[in-house]
Amino acid sequence: MAPLDFSPLRRLILKGAGLAALTGLGQIGLGLPAAQAASDKYPEDAFKQKSDADAIKALYGRSADASEQIKLDAPEIAENGGVVPIAVITTLPGVTSISFLVSENPNALAASYVIPEGTVPSVANRLKMAKTSNVIAIVEANGKLYSATREVKVTVGGCGG
Amino acid sequence: MPIHRRDVLRFAGAAAFSGSLPRLARGVDNASVYDLPRFGNGRILHLTDTHAQLTPVFVREPSVNIGIGSMQGQPPHLVGRAFLERFGISDDSADAYAFTSLAFEKSAARFGRLGGFAHLKTLVDRLRSDAGTERTLLVDGGDLWQGSGLANSLQGADMVEASNLLGVEAMTGHWEFTYGEDALRKNLEAFKGEFLAQNVFLTEEAAFNDAKALDPASRRVFKPALIKELGDYRVGVIGQAFPYVPIAHPRRFTPDWTFGIREEELQQLVSKLREIDKVDAVVLLSHNGMDVDLKLASRVAGIDVILGGHTHDAIPQPIAVKNASGVTLVTNAGSNGKFLGVLDLDIAKGKVKDVRYRLMPVYSELLKPDGAMQALIERLHLAHSKSWDDKVTTADRLLYRRGNFSGPMDLLICDALRTEFDAEIALSPGFRWGVTALPGQALTMEDLFAETAISYAETYVQTMTGSQIKDVLEDVCDNLFNPDPYYQQGGDMVRLGGLSYACAPAESAGRRISELTLDGGRPLEAGKSYKVAGWASVNPHTGLPVWDILARHLRAGKSISSRGVVTLRGVDGNPGLAE
Repeated sequence: MAPLDFSPLRRLILKGAGLAALTGLGQIGLGLPAAQAASDKYPEDAFKQKSDADAIKALYGRSADASEQIKLDAPEIAENGGVVPIAVITTLPGVTSISFLVSENPNALAASYVIPEGTVPSVANRLKMAKTSNVIAIVEANGKLYSATREVKVTVGGCGG
Repeated sequence: MPIHRRDVLRFAGAAAFSGSLPRLARGVDNASVYDLPRFGNGRILHLTDTHAQLTPVFVREPSVNIGIGSMQGQPPHLVGRAFLERFGISDDSADAYAFTSLAFEKSAARFGRLGGFAHLKTLVDRLRSDAGTERTLLVDGGDLWQGSGLANSLQGADMVEASNLLGVEAMTGHWEFTYGEDALRKNLEAFKGEFLAQNVFLTEEAAFNDAKALDPASRRVFKPALIKELGDYRVGVIGQAFPYVPIAHPRRFTPDWTFGIREEELQQLVSKLREIDKVDAVVLLSHNGMDVDLKLASRVAGIDVILGGHTHDAIPQPIAVKNASGVTLVTNAGSNGKFLGVLDLDIAKGKVKDVRYRLMPVYSELLKPDGAMQALIERLHLAHSKSWDDKVTTADRLLYRRGNFSGPMDLLICDALRTEFDAEIALSPGFRWGVTALPGQALTMEDLFAETAISYAETYVQTMTGSQIKDVLEDVCDNLFNPDPYYQQGGDMVRLGGLSYACAPAESAGRRISELTLDGGRPLEAGKSYKVAGWASVNPHTGLPVWDILARHLRAGKSISSRGVVTLRGVDGNPGLAE
């Protein structure tokens, strides 16, 4: 039974959750307008934004539409908020980048990947989550932005029956 | 599949249970209540959450089991009279006693204890031979090997023997995992049935390090399903372990394994059983909890029946849930050996034509205990737990645990923690297992174990600020009342001693708890520090196990003195709340 133990240390670690800033390895040169992610420069400004909306704007210069062609795989309740496995795969054609945001983290953008042409658009990574939050996956495909969102609960625990 | 009301309700008002007879025990031959009309061509018997209660018990069902949002007023969130009305059970009947908290003390004296493995064995054997042994299957939904001092000291080995003798053919798990991987594997070697869990996988690290798996490709740790022949037909049985083991319990017990609901993997498994293995019926043996099962049934297609447990809800009739393939029936079979689920199936090629379901109370006074099981129970007791027979104290009131917020048994535990550690506040977990003691009943050490026997029972004392305490309460409360069942973990609210509060279950997370007040009337202050005692933490502690603290307190002749009043807001008239 978890809730009985409030661990200040664990909280501190989670609060200080660093953000894995991953940029893509590949070279992409589709020349999309205002698309920072489509360049191979580190998107420093986007990673500094606090809110998900500001980060998406800084990264891509526009907002995203929800798409059912993105499959966002995430646990309902995280087994460990420090390493939450999140994966995205999409059937959208022409994918050039995939990004992950944790709305309630101190800085929402957690990772952004550049997807080289001819690559299967599938990314799995682990995110640190400070607390219960929406996790947003952004897929940039054929110059348009799409998103999928799921709530992941981070809990100090609760006992079973 | 059409639903039929359980015919067994007829016996609720039958002469054997009429008020003119002081006890059921007027004759074991009254057991005609267990004569079921023949139906169909396959029978599945379902036990769940017995929590190692080898001998018959008193267990008072909850008078507070609130459902909010879409769950309000729906099973399992009905108590007392609302429960009786929904399921057509007569007031003042044996069934009213078994299924609700109404007139519990009075009825306990009339109808006696329920359950017990020797009594269950008699009933199981009888129901198997009635339907033809080759056409029956006995399954258990987990929490079979934990819950007594005996089971805890032997890490479940005693219960493996009892399970084998009872004839459990397939099971899944929850507390079974809390003895750790080595003990679980040892138990599984001795277990003659199959342990099924489609939703337990190696973590990526463990897979990388070649940890033991069923097959490396899927990373599944356990067999996910089995196919059982019932007469001429084949039934696929899938196991679903408790999805939140590493969250609700210390991670150290299962470091290599990752759990979860795993809807998608489940759907693939159901489809494979149907399309490749061509089974005629699919049953999910689940430890999800009833609310989770009801949601899952609406989203996964192709399951005929979910035989559910975990939340200890004793629900007399299956709940029908529509989904893409038709209808899935969802059951939940209570706890502590009080009930046996009997699912009779009329199976045809590739489909279930019709079903009958009964959740039969196991009235120990109507069943002759099985000799072999009785002998096993006595042998285990003499060899391992005889020394726990001594009386510790006498119950000075009705002591029960179940209820969303509190119960006198847990208040007693909180009292012991506060007194023995000189703490202002005590916290005790909202477990749903644990039995009930009647006023005047002697309490032995084994009785105390029935409330506390876990593999991480060490106590602790720590300093917490008022706002930390509130955060913990909000967090646990969301595990209970999150409007989406997939975000609930089962269990009840953490119990408090020395601290009262108000709770608004229908509010959103972080806004449910208010008016935190210490015993004596001072408000809890957010920035102030308090001395808090507790047990069953997910982090390792070294304090004495809680049963020793409780025994010491009770031997000193103490009664309940703590307050821990919970005032409910915004749930007036909720049928999950008895008047």
